[in-house]
Amino acid sequence: MKSAVLVFPGINRERDMARSLRLISGHEPAMVWHAETSLPKGTDLVVVPGGFSYGDYLRCGAIAARAPVMDAVRDFAAKGGLVLGVCNGFQILCESGLLPGVLMRNEKLKFICKDVHLRVERSDSPFTRGYNAGQVIRVPVAHGEGNYEADEETLKRLEGDGRILYRYCSPEGAVDAGANINGAAHSIAGIVNENGNVLGMMPHPENHVEDIMGCTDGRGLFAGLVAHLDRAA
Amino acid sequence: MKARVTVTLKSGILDPQGKAIEGALKSLGVDGVASVRQGKVFDIELAGADKAKAEAALKEAADKLLANTVIENYRVELLG
Repeated sequence: MKSAVLVFPGINRERDMARSLRLISGHEPAMVWHAETSLPKGTDLVVVPGGFSYGDYLRCGAIAARAPVMDAVRDFAAKGGLVLGVCNGFQILCESGLLPGVLMRNEKLKFICKDVHLRVERSDSPFTRGYNAGQVIRVPVAHGEGNYEADEETLKRLEGDGRILYRYCSPEGAVDAGANINGAAHSIAGIVNENGNVLGMMPHPENHVEDIMGCTDGRGLFAGLVAHLDRAA
Repeated sequence: MKARVTVTLKSGILDPQGKAIEGALKSLGVDGVASVRQGKVFDIELAGADKAKAEAALKEAADKLLANTVIENYRVELLG
């Protein structure tokens, strides 16, 4: 799996992401500066990492979403290329129009930095095939604006089309108000676009991939992508 | 020419920041506050003097960047 990790000013999770991709895919990812107008040849996966691009000025992800490299990402996605946005990356994908909706300020106005549990809603997507449907995984979150909102019609479509891949849940897998850390509509932690090739999620799977991190539940996401691409090749 | 673009949340969109400010005003004892919605103001200076062109440029700026029209409305004013 050849991956490209986008780098914007103010991003700070790109190295964690690159480390995970290298560890799990066995290939060194390309780091792609925001001013580039094309992606490296043969890119299989584009990753928009987390951080605080442009200091979260204007709106989280708003300025990064309009960077030159995003036109190349839009083309790549339109041709079916796999795109993963994590945390600020999810915000950037929403602002760029690659995903519907918006990430609002957390309901209780607090920055949340802790491990959370996610229920994997289906396993037949490139982004979840490393897991079983209904499986509960533990991964960290670190965000102040992760409260996913969209209009009723969009939410209905996301539900109806099975485009919600990850939801906040209790350790036992119950999706309820108590486990919905940031007030997101329908407890949404991660969604895909209509074609299923662009995923945005607030939690950081790249931070739970090695024993030294205390948990390896995030590995499945990357291992699933590798398996998906191997099968497609 | 000076102009102002005001960006506000659409009605029905939850505004946690506005709610917090509303709560703070109430705890300060400011009377008669029914509700607060927070928004943004952009004061922009334009190079030309053509009003129609200025309005078009400001509208483009708001649509492309200043507002996220999924959740926000905007208003453009030319201040002369």
